[in-house]
This record gives sequence, structure tokens and C-alpha cells, in this order.
Amino acid sequence: MHMRLADHPILGKPAHGKPVTFDFDGKQLSGFEGEPIAAALRAASVVIHRYTKKYHSPRGIFCAIGRCTDCVMIVNGQPNVRTCVTPLEDGMTVRTQYGVGVRSGGEELL
Amino acid sequence: MTRYDLIVIGAGPAGLSAAAEAASHGLSVAVFDENARPGGQLFKQIHKFFGSKEHKAKIRGYDIGEELLREAEGLGVKVFLNSPVIGLYAGKEVAVNLNGAETARFRGDTVVVATGASENMVTFDGWTLPGVMGAGAAQTMMNINRVRPGSRVLMLGSGNVGLVVGFQLLQAGCELAAVIDAAPRVGGYGVHAAKLARCGVPFYLSHTIIRAEGDDRVTGAVIGRTDAKWNIIPGTEKHFDADTICIAVGLSPSTRLVQMAGCEMHEPAPGGGRLPVCDEITGETSIPGIYCSGDVSGIEEASSAMIEGRISGAAAARRLGFIDESEFERRLTGLERALASLREGMFAPKNRGKTFEKTDEGFDISVSLLENGYLSDAEAVRYPGVKTLPGVHPVIECTQNIPCNPCQDACPKGCIAVGANIVSLPAINESAKCIGCGQCVASCSGQAVFLVNEDAGGGYATVTAPYEFIPLPAKGERGRALDRAGNVICDAEVVDVRVSPAFDHTSLLTFKVPKSECGRARFWKRGERL
Amino acid sequence: MSGVCDRARDLGVFQSASDDGRIICRCEEITKGEIRRAVHDGMFNLHEVRRFLRCGMGLCQGQTCGKLVRAIIARELNISAAELDDATARAPMRPLEMEIFGREAPGI
Repeated sequence: MHMRLADHPILGKPAHGKPVTFDFDGKQLSGFEGEPIAAALRAASVVIHRYTKKYHSPRGIFCAIGRCTDCVMIVNGQPNVRTCVTPLEDGMTVRTQYGVGVRSGGEELL
Repeated sequence: MTRYDLIVIGAGPAGLSAAAEAASHGLSVAVFDENARPGGQLFKQIHKFFGSKEHKAKIRGYDIGEELLREAEGLGVKVFLNSPVIGLYAGKEVAVNLNGAETARFRGDTVVVATGASENMVTFDGWTLPGVMGAGAAQTMMNINRVRPGSRVLMLGSGNVGLVVGFQLLQAGCELAAVIDAAPRVGGYGVHAAKLARCGVPFYLSHTIIRAEGDDRVTGAVIGRTDAKWNIIPGTEKHFDADTICIAVGLSPSTRLVQMAGCEMHEPAPGGGRLPVCDEITGETSIPGIYCSGDVSGIEEASSAMIEGRISGAAAARRLGFIDESEFERRLTGLERALASLREGMFAPKNRGKTFEKTDEGFDISVSLLENGYLSDAEAVRYPGVKTLPGVHPVIECTQNIPCNPCQDACPKGCIAVGANIVSLPAINESAKCIGCGQCVASCSGQAVFLVNEDAGGGYATVTAPYEFIPLPAKGERGRALDRAGNVICDAEVVDVRVSPAFDHTSLLTFKVPKSECGRARFWKRGERL
Repeated sequence: MSGVCDRARDLGVFQSASDDGRIICRCEEITKGEIRRAVHDGMFNLHEVRRFLRCGMGLCQGQTCGKLVRAIIARELNISAAELDDATARAPMRPLEMEIFGREAPGI
């Protein structure tokens, strides 16, 4: 199923920002500028945002309003970015987060 | 440190209302909110609100949000977004993380805490898998981000949140596999449940999720029947395919800032968690000049939160001398009455946890509605809104005492009477003549009003039902009629489709069914001839 | 509260349960079994369990698990959840980087 709502009985057609591309784990994906990163990922059928530190278990969108921090990823090198409330920008680099993040040298903290 | 007459924490319905009210009396007002958009949860509420005119009934949540925001901004309220309040200290000092860039402190001569609530959770094996999410998350994804949260969804929780979000999932084109609740009865409004049931969504009451299935994402779930002590009865397990599980098991007030400020808290509620001690009318806490409005002081509807906010805003204005006692009283009179009427009926805060056997009017409450999500054919005819009459006429399947009366105001011919008591069941005035305009159908937030013509000629009857899905069928399109339980009962040709700005995105579908089915056919669905 | 503070309270022998491995605090990945065990080890309220296990001290600051942890502790102590005090609410209410916490603006 196509996940994007091209139309809606109550809300009508969405007013998206301009189409942009971003890098997700080395893959080029597309989305709309200004929409939450998590929305663009869901539309591209990406549901795993990170793997936890202790049990390496997958996590995805849980609250979608920036509270639960389950959807955090490494965005432009910055770990623990809440993708459900962070607007997508053209050319962003989004990476699956393993553990709690990265050291300053880019090495991941597992 | 910058000072404001009023600092409001939270730009949801309560906070914005408090801000607008206070600013209208001349106070300088700042509102801080952690989200990128104002409105709290209002903008994802795409259903029509309940209540009466003064509560903005039959207006959709997002429109109410727009109006409120325009009002507040027009009055000079400063709204700081992306700016979570991180501390509320003595002397009404408010520490804010401004835009994720720096920390700033402000002082409010008065403070309204309108931090709302957060979703409760339940745990089951696999509940941390991607695909398990709060019902609010699903709502944000589809109504704000305009992306489906999943393709096939299980809803855990039959309160109003679960039912409303469930219907919105259908509107977004998702499949709703089932609504599940550990309680033996549907928790939300019967009319919300009935909307889902007639679309064919099954209800599993006295059931809960045993586990979510899937290795790295949800692929299904197993549910089971619970006994009186909430334990699973062995042998009752049932599997569902699903890629999404939504949890809608209630809300808890977000009271931590109030606690941090040192406001006195009530003894905890039975489920744990403390509510702030507040003045019953103004919401003022034990610290003079700090008020609580909306869900933070007890979970209710957005409609009540907006009135509470207004009252707190007016109280702040009185406290600082912007209005005198008599002006405050004048303002309060209307607001208090509006709030009181919202707090009536079977679902009122004071009646939480109670079960009703009969309506205020003495009609037996539908057991099937509570256990299956729909009125049985035999039960439906017992209510005052359901009558058999010559010609086209409204049939109102509104069977619980809830505070709502737009149907009465909508009818230009006086066919519908709720009366002075807003929670009374709507009754049909048999002496008034229905003109079939359909205003009542579109006005009903619960989608419980139908127009029926029991004898439309040629052995057929017509049923006009509210329809909020796309694509709309065309006149002449043949499909099937479904009964209240969502079972296909007969072929049904669409004979009229009415769309009007006045109906606000609720289309009116009139379909033709054999005369014998007019009391049962309540939904139209695409499909081949039977 | 008095009953809860009675450190001589006998909770009986710790018995493991089938759902002990279930994550309760999603951020810090604390299981139900760990919380139950902590109660048996003498942590009788939300503060103590929180400090001992870090449940509720992760990125979300207990917004998701607070009520769940409370219920588990109460059940283990065989008391009503209402008898347990809330964990202390402290600033900063929302997680933020120390750099930003320390960068104080003069106000707007």
C-alpha cells in the first residue's frame, strides 16, 4: 500500500513543501521539505529507526510528538535527534542509530 | 528577566483560550509550547465536536484551533514555539529552552499551566517493536503528516480516543482489523462505536493483546479473552495479521511542572498519580496566581478545556486588577453555565466508572451497543429518535445521554427536539413535516442521524446516511447496503449524493434498498451485485 | 505512607514470573523482573527504584513508564498504587544539552 495520503475525505489534498532527497543509510530517498524526517521514512516503508543499547532491539515511531524519544536517529552526524519532530531538509544524512550515539570522531557508542 | 502579566505554559485548547481571554482584558501574555505548531492536539482532531453552539459543536477540531489561534494572535498574545518550559520555580519564574538554542528565564505575574496530558500505556510481549504506537501517534501521522501509520491496524482501547482514531484510520484508507478492550463494555460514546461497527469493524470486549508478533517489526498479534481478574482464559487466543498496533488506554494529566512549582496536590487517585488541588471555578492552585486549565487538572474533552482556559484567563485578569469583581462575575456566568452543561450526562467526569442501565428518560441502555459496538435491530426501535412515519423523515440512533444538540438547531422545520436539557435523547416531533434537507444528518457529530423514506415506490425504500470517505460514489452506482453490524444485507443503488459547504465534508449518500431492509440498512459499500 | 516505609516489611521469597523479561522503561531498557527484584531488595518507592535502576531517567524522563513502574512496585508491595508518592519533579523537565542549559539568554 502506498503510505502517503494523496487525498483525504476531510482534509483534502496535502500542502507539502518542495520535493527533496536525503540519504538514509547510504540509500537515496525522497520526501518533502519541512515534513518530519519520520514521515518521509514511513512513506518510504522504513520503520526501524534505531537499535537499543542494551538489547539491540529495534525501535520505531511510538508517540510521534517528540515525547518518547524512541524514534531518534543520527541526523547529519548528530545522534539522538527526534525524527518525528525534526523537519526534513534537502540533502540530509539520516542514519539508523545503534546504541546511544556517536563519539566526536564519528565512532558509534554501542 | 522579562516579565509578563500572564505566562501560559502550553499552546493547546486550554492554554490558547486562557491567553486570548487574558489578552482581551489588556494583559501582556506569553505562551510557551514545546511543539513546532500551536494548538496542542486540536489540529489532529478532524471530527466534528460535540456539545451545543456555545461549545462550537459540529465544528471540526482543526477549524476550532485555527479560530482560537487567530483570536489569540490578533489580541497580541506572543506564542513561543519549539520552546519547552524546563522549570517552574518560586516567584512564578519560568525557565524555557528557547528554540533549542538557549535557556531563558521569564517572570509571570500570573501563570496558567495548561500542559495537557500524556497517553497511558499497557505492556505486552513485543510492545517495543516498531509498529506498536500510541493512538495519538497514528493520528499525528495520518492527519498532520499525511502518511498512513500502517496498512492494517489493531486498536487496543474502546474509549473515545480509540474509537475516534479508529474511524480516522478508516478515513485514511487503512484497514482496522479490530477494536479490542479488556473492559467488558465499550468505554467511549456508543455513536462513535456504531460508526466503526457498521463499516464492518469487529469489537472484542473483555479481550486484550497477549503479544505482538514479528522479529523486527509488527506482523501480527495474538489476543485473548480476559476473565474478571484480567487474566487470559486459556484456549481463547486469536491471531490477527496487522502491521500496526495502536494503544488507546487513557490519558494521564501532565502535572510535573505543577509539582515542581510546589503546588499542593490531592491525595492520589486509585490508579496512582496526583492531581493539583485547584479552585473549582478558576483552577487556581494553592499558590495564588498559578492556575491549572484543561487536562492537567483532570482529563476531559477539548471543549471543556477551552472554557476552563477562558475562566482561568479571566481570573488572572481579575487578580491583577485588569477587570473588577463585577466584570469577572459577568464573564463567569456564561462560561460556568457552558462548562456545567458539558459536564452532564452518562460520560460526565462525575459518572466515570459508573454503569447505567437506563437513560434519563427511562429507556433501557442498549446492551449490544456496549458489547458489540452496535444497536441490535430489536433495540434500535425503542428510542425516541427512531419512529416509523409516512414520507421522508429523520431516524436518530442516539441512545445515550451525552451533552450534544446540534441536530435540534439544524432542523429548519422543528422535527427534532432535544429540549432544554442538552443531554436528553433527541426525539422526533411527529407533527412537524420533514423536507428531507439533510441538515440534521450532516450536523450530527456522532453520525447517528439518517433520513429514511420507508416507501419510495416500486417496493423500495431510501436511506440517507452520512458518508466521510473517498472516493465518493456517483449517482446510479450500485453497491451493497450494510446493517449496523457491518454485515452485507442487500444490493443498494446510490440514488443521490449531496455535497455542500454547509455539510462541512460530510457527504449525504442516499441509497435504495428493498422496503423490508429500511430499518436495517445503515451504510453503503462498493461491491459487486450479490 | 507509613506502611510502605516499614523496612521490616516481609515480601516473602522473590518468585520469578513469565513476564519478568518484558521491558517496562523503554529508554533505559529496564525489565519488569528488575523492578520487582529491586523492590524485594528493599527499594520501596519510586525514588529509590528510579535511582537504583535508572528507570524513568532516560531520554523521555519517565513520561512513558512512570505509571507502569508505579503499578509494578505497588503490586509487589501488595499496596494500592495510590499509596506511593510521585517521584520528585525536577528541572530540566525536558532533556536538553548541557551546552544549551548553560547558555543563558538575557530574556526577550
